[in-house]
Amino acid sequence: MAFDNAYEALTEDAGGLGDRWAHGTGFQDALSGVDDTVPAGVDLTAAARHVLGLADDALVMAHRLSEWCTHAPELEEEVALANIALDLLGQARSLLARAAQLDPGLRPAGVPGHVPDEDALAFFRAAEDYRNVRLVEAPHGDFGHLVARLLVFSTWRLALLDRLSGSRDPVVAAVAAKAVPEVAYHRDHAAGWAVRLGDGTDESHRRVAEGLAEVWPLVEELFATTDAERTAVADGTGVDPATTRAEFADVLSRVCDQATLDPPGMDDRGAGDAPAVPRGRTGQHTAALRDLLAEMQSVARAHPEGRW
Amino acid sequence: MPSAEEVMTVTDRRTGHGPDGARRPPEATLADETEAQARFERLIAEDQRIEPRDWMPEAYRATLIRQVAQHAHSEIIGMQPEGAWLTRAPSLRRKAILLAKVQDEAGHGLYLYSACETLGADRADLTEKLVTGRQKYSSIFNYPTLSFADVGVIGWLVDGAAICNQVPLCRSSYGPYARAMIRICKEESFHQRQGYELLMTMMGGTEEQRAQVRDAVDRWWWPSLMMFGPPDAESPNTARSMAWRIKRHTNDELRQRFVDITVPQAEALGVSLPDPDLRWNAERGHYDHGPIDWDELSRVIRGDGPCNAERIATRRAAHRDGEWVRRAASAHAAKRAARDAVGAGVAG
Repeated sequence: MAFDNAYEALTEDAGGLGDRWAHGTGFQDALSGVDDTVPAGVDLTAAARHVLGLADDALVMAHRLSEWCTHAPELEEEVALANIALDLLGQARSLLARAAQLDPGLRPAGVPGHVPDEDALAFFRAAEDYRNVRLVEAPHGDFGHLVARLLVFSTWRLALLDRLSGSRDPVVAAVAAKAVPEVAYHRDHAAGWAVRLGDGTDESHRRVAEGLAEVWPLVEELFATTDAERTAVADGTGVDPATTRAEFADVLSRVCDQATLDPPGMDDRGAGDAPAVPRGRTGQHTAALRDLLAEMQSVARAHPEGRW
Repeated sequence: MPSAEEVMTVTDRRTGHGPDGARRPPEATLADETEAQARFERLIAEDQRIEPRDWMPEAYRATLIRQVAQHAHSEIIGMQPEGAWLTRAPSLRRKAILLAKVQDEAGHGLYLYSACETLGADRADLTEKLVTGRQKYSSIFNYPTLSFADVGVIGWLVDGAAICNQVPLCRSSYGPYARAMIRICKEESFHQRQGYELLMTMMGGTEEQRAQVRDAVDRWWWPSLMMFGPPDAESPNTARSMAWRIKRHTNDELRQRFVDITVPQAEALGVSLPDPDLRWNAERGHYDHGPIDWDELSRVIRGDGPCNAERIATRRAAHRDGEWVRRAASAHAAKRAARDAVGAGVAG
C-alpha cells in the first residue's frame, strides 16, 4: 500500500483524503472557488462590519471550544467538540477574508504583506477592534456551562445563518448555506446534552441550570441591532438579529421543557419597549477577551515576519 | 526464532476468567479445545485473520489487550503535547490543521479501545488502569513541547516513527486491530505530511524560526528512535508476538527502516540530525547510527521523564471531572428506558 513508504506519503497527492479535513489542508485562499463579486449599490463599510461581527463570534467561540481539547468528559465528546470548533473556525476564516475584501481598511496597519487577511485580522487586531458578542468571551467553566453556552449560541447563530443564506452578497450566502447544516448539528448536540443533564441526576440538573443562569445576562445583547446591521439589511446583504428573537425563545423553551429546566425569563417584547443595546458589536468587551487574545496572538506577534 | 507450532506448545491452556476481566465461552471439553487450538494455529500459519468469536489462547488474548490498550492510551495521551499549542497556533490554517489532527487522535483512541473491547476488555477499566499507572503509554509523550516547531517535528519524526511501527500492524493476525490500523495509518501519513510541510515553511521563514526547527529536531531525534522499543536482544515479547503474527518485524528492523527513510528527509529540509556517528554504510545498504541511551528510555518509562506526572494528572482530571457527566447520561438513559417500557406496556 502507498503508506508502506513514509517518504512517498509525504510527497504524494492527498488522493481523496483531503476531504477528511474540515476545510482541507492545502488551500491558502479562504474564498477560493466562491463567486466574490460585490453586488451594486451596497454600503461596503457597513457590509464589512456586519460580516466581521459574524466572523468574530465564530472565531472566539471556536477558540474557547478548542480549550476543551483533552479535558472533555468522554472521548466521543473530544471528537464532537473539536468538530464543532473546526466548523466555526472554517466559517470564521471565510468571513474574515470577506470582511477584508469588502473593506480593505479593516486590515490592521503595519502587518507584513505576506500575512493573509484572515490572519492579519485574527492575530493583529486589538480587543477593542473585535466585534463579537460578549457571550463567547468567558473562559470555559464546567461541562454544564459549556452546554448552556453552546445551546444559546448555536440556536441564535442558526437562526441568523438561515436568514443569511438569502443574502445578496454571494459570499455571505454561500458561507451561510454551508454553515446551516453544521450549526444545526451543533444545536442538536447541545440540546441533546441539555436534556441528558437536565433530566439526568440532581447534580447534573443543578449544574446545567447554573450554566444557563450564568450565560443568561449575555443573551439580550444577541438581539440588539447596530447601525451597520441596519444598513446591511436595507442593502439586502445582512440580517437584523432582532428578527431571531421569537425563534430563539421558541427553541429554548422546547429544549428546557424536555430537559425539565425552568427557562430563564425571556423578554416578551412588544412595540414601544426599549430595544436591546449592542455591546460586543460596538467593541465593548469583557476582560476575558483581552486575556484570550493575549494567548492566541502570542506566537504570531512574536514573529511578525515569520512564515507558517 | 521459534515457529508458531513451537510457541503453541507452551501456550497457556487455562480456561476461566482471563486478564482484564475478559469474558470466556462456557467451559469447553478438552477435545473441543484441542480442535479449536488446531484451527487457531492453522489460521495463523495460513496468514488468515483471527476474529473476536474465534477461540484463541489466553496468552494471545492477554498480549493483544496489553498491546492495543497501550496503543490506545498513547493516542489519548499523545493529544496533550500538541494540544498545548492549539490556543497559540500562529495562523488560522495551522490552528485548523492542528485541531483536526488532535481530533483524529481522539478518534484513533476510540477505534483502538473498541478493538480492545472485542477481546473482552472494558474501556472504563482500561482508562482506570491508565490513570492509576497500571498500564503504560508510549514514553515519547513524556517530553515537553517548547515551541511551535515542536508541532512540526512531532508530525515529522514522532508520527513518522509511528507509521513505520504501525504499517505492518495493518496485517496483524487479529482482525479488528488490523482493520483499525489501516484507517489509522492513512490518517497518520497525513499527520506526518502536515508536520513536514510546517517545518519546510518555517525553514523558509526567519532565522529565529530556523533556530526553533533545529532545536526541536535536536530534542526529538533520540526519543523518536527509542519509540521502537529496546534492542531485539532485550525485547522478551518480540519472538512470541512475531510467531503469532501480531508483530511483523523486530524493533531493530523497524528502527533501521525509520532511520533510512528519515535521513534524506532531513537533508531535504536542511537540518542536521544530532548524531555524529550517523553515516551511510554501503556494505550494509543502510545508515549506521550512534548508540542510543537506553538508560534514558528506562528512566522515562519508569516515570522519571520530564512530563510523566503532568500527562497523567491531566488525563486523570479530565476523567474525574467528567464523571458526573457520564453518570448523568446513564441516569437519563435509564429514565428513558423506563418510560419507554411503561409506554410499550400500555400500548401492548
